[in-house]
Amino acid sequence: MGFLEYAPSPESTAILHLKKSYGLFIDGEFRKGHGKAFVTISPSTEERIADIANASEADVDAAVKAARRAYERTWSKLSGADRGKYLFRIARLVQERARELAVAESLDNGKPIKESRDVDVPLVAAWFFYYAGWADKLDYAGLGPAPASLGVAAQVIPWNFPLLMLAWKIAPALAAGNTVVIKPAETTPLSALIFAEILQQAELPPGVVNIITGAGDTGSALVNHPDVNKVAFTGSTEVGRLIAKSTAGSGKKLTLELGGKAANIVFDDAPIEEAIEGIVNGIFFNQGHVCCAGSRLLVQENVHDEVVDRLKTRLSTLRLGDPLDKNTDIGAINSRAQLDRIRELSDIGESEGADRWTAECVIPDKGFWFAPTIFTNVEASHRIAREEIFGPVLSVLTFRTPAEAVAKANNTPYGLSAGIWTDKGSKILAVADQLRAGVVWANTFNRFDPSSPFGGYKESGYGREGGRHGLAAYLQSSGWGAKR
Amino acid sequence: MNATEHAAAHTALAPAERALDLIGSDLTETTLRLHLEGLSGVDAAGLEQRAAGLATRSIKTTSKALALDTIIRLIDLTTLEGADTPGKVHSLVAKAMNPDATDATVPRVAAVCVYGDMVPYAVEALGAAGTESQRHEGIQVAAVATAFPSGRASLAVKLADTSEAVAAGADEIDMVIDRGAFLSGRYGLVFEQIVAVKEACRRPDGSYAHLKVILETGELATYDNVRRASWLAILAGADFIKTSTGKVSPAATLPVTLLMLEVVRDWHRLTGERIGVKPAGGIRSSKDAIRYLVTVAETVGEEWLKPELFRFGASSLLNDVLLQRQKLTTGRYSGADYVTMD
Repeated sequence: MGFLEYAPSPESTAILHLKKSYGLFIDGEFRKGHGKAFVTISPSTEERIADIANASEADVDAAVKAARRAYERTWSKLSGADRGKYLFRIARLVQERARELAVAESLDNGKPIKESRDVDVPLVAAWFFYYAGWADKLDYAGLGPAPASLGVAAQVIPWNFPLLMLAWKIAPALAAGNTVVIKPAETTPLSALIFAEILQQAELPPGVVNIITGAGDTGSALVNHPDVNKVAFTGSTEVGRLIAKSTAGSGKKLTLELGGKAANIVFDDAPIEEAIEGIVNGIFFNQGHVCCAGSRLLVQENVHDEVVDRLKTRLSTLRLGDPLDKNTDIGAINSRAQLDRIRELSDIGESEGADRWTAECVIPDKGFWFAPTIFTNVEASHRIAREEIFGPVLSVLTFRTPAEAVAKANNTPYGLSAGIWTDKGSKILAVADQLRAGVVWANTFNRFDPSSPFGGYKESGYGREGGRHGLAAYLQSSGWGAKR
Repeated sequence: MNATEHAAAHTALAPAERALDLIGSDLTETTLRLHLEGLSGVDAAGLEQRAAGLATRSIKTTSKALALDTIIRLIDLTTLEGADTPGKVHSLVAKAMNPDATDATVPRVAAVCVYGDMVPYAVEALGAAGTESQRHEGIQVAAVATAFPSGRASLAVKLADTSEAVAAGADEIDMVIDRGAFLSGRYGLVFEQIVAVKEACRRPDGSYAHLKVILETGELATYDNVRRASWLAILAGADFIKTSTGKVSPAATLPVTLLMLEVVRDWHRLTGERIGVKPAGGIRSSKDAIRYLVTVAETVGEEWLKPELFRFGASSLLNDVLLQRQKLTTGRYSGADYVTMD
């Protein structure tokens, strides 16, 4: 046996206390759903994890009513300091149950345990801690004195960072004094349901947060409910567009965090070794299921061959397999539907004439898997250079000058994020200034912090999450000229 | 630059084969400088992040057993104290040959590492344990030389220090570079000294003692310097590049070792030639040492995990590995009194 064939080191699932079936979390308790229940499976084994309730239109209405009641009777009457206490309590409970949440997340989503353990769950706690601190300081958020909460927030989140996206939505909403009805994605409801138990443990007043599960029609019923004041959605541009249309003129405040096709720009004076790591982290982190993934590598032509060569060497060391193994780098694709889409777009890439290279790795018999893949000789007009693949697939393009790099980076309907790799600080500032993207990372990629705002330009959506800016999405400005 | 300095910058440097192959026949201070300064920069945050990522690998059960034995085989068991005596060196050698008195399946360490004047005692102790040929298949004698650890002596003294150790039977020489010269930009001087020490490693029969070049990364301070010094040492003829003397803090760190492994990997890509790496100082626990093994295997490849290409310079590491090894065998932790001090 060679040293590199690391012996299995799986994180135990014994820490989980899963129920056979989960109801809807409405008004502080679990209750039956009236839609047809569905099953959530583990994408790495296709094994059933639990039955999940499906919220009908009546259930959605009940959840919104509970949120309205909690808003009017309890939550809007609490002081900021008291709301903060609940948020701090939730943050601490997330930390206490961190391992359990990480295991649940990797089981249900397919992401490697090292990511759920070291990235997702710690950030979830950080988000609640951060906004807990804001709850009694809203006067200083830059929105005028005593900015008012909005009311009931309807939130719909995706499957790529199930619990983290929940935290991004719930923490600022509650800190600002709103109550919430949130719908996790159909394929990844598990961590949100464990989170509901945490809310019970934290003794959060009933109805302040309601968690309803279901598919697209549940989400649609939620965002279109007449009694919600705020809609926050993270997901595909396609659905975001529908929501923008259906909420137009309704008076609902809307934030959308949608797709991306981020350019990761590598200049010839980049710290090459770290740039390779950054490229890997940019597109293969979370199997590429990241809206801000660096899926378009723009590399200066004079270092193209070297970068691609080194990248292939590095990719050959990535370990694909059991998400619960602590040494796994690449986990499972979240669903068969997503796997089909990744395959389809990759096949199109090949037929359009790009060169496909796939890292050699053993694909498990069961589950949904896609080996890390690079396309070289990609032209800007190819579909794999323009459309979001949302998988571990990197398209490599070249540029000759900084101006061309900027032009190519901006030549996309999206504008969520971008990366710049160079040893020259002045070049970082000059290029970042010209990129039309909400987040620009310099000599790093996919780094998140609750104090930093996140959001997109153009078809990547509008509104910001995180930081002081993230509060504005959940507050009515009271400043001069504000609508009273 | 005055006329003398100008002339010096264009005077040909000692014709080390690797440097001639890579930089060309016009090998001068100037061309060497251009080459070293043309190397890609290192992003400190990124390097440290990668090292931290490698450190999270979880090495369990059979992999751990393999790792522990590999670590023992890669250790340069070291004593470098002013208080060293022939007696101390004798017991070091005994420990090197038979690390765990209770378990004959424990492999031997790679080498013992001592000061130059202690070489005869180490050779003698090893010789007493077997014939000359057995000795050379087994444990090597490494000597620190060139006015270790500071390197602040004339070239003549450094060369004498080296050739004396070689003559006394040292199989390996651990030299230090002139950090003062390096930091003041006199790369040519550092280069020429390494070339000269390498020549001093030559034995009468034409063979050479293996040369490990200590960069003393704690004094070079920046990762960019470490990358340049690593290239410089390799160009001048190093068989191994070594992080530290162990007398300066910080000594070996995982990011610095990762960086040196990257250089060695790049050299191999470029020339097909394999250079060794030796982190030294500060690696005391099995857990820490396993992180180094992971870093080697995932950066240059598993083939580097052999004494010809990777060493740990350490003194207390061995006993921690032995305790861990006992735990794997018996299922119980024993204690410091169940392994011999030296």
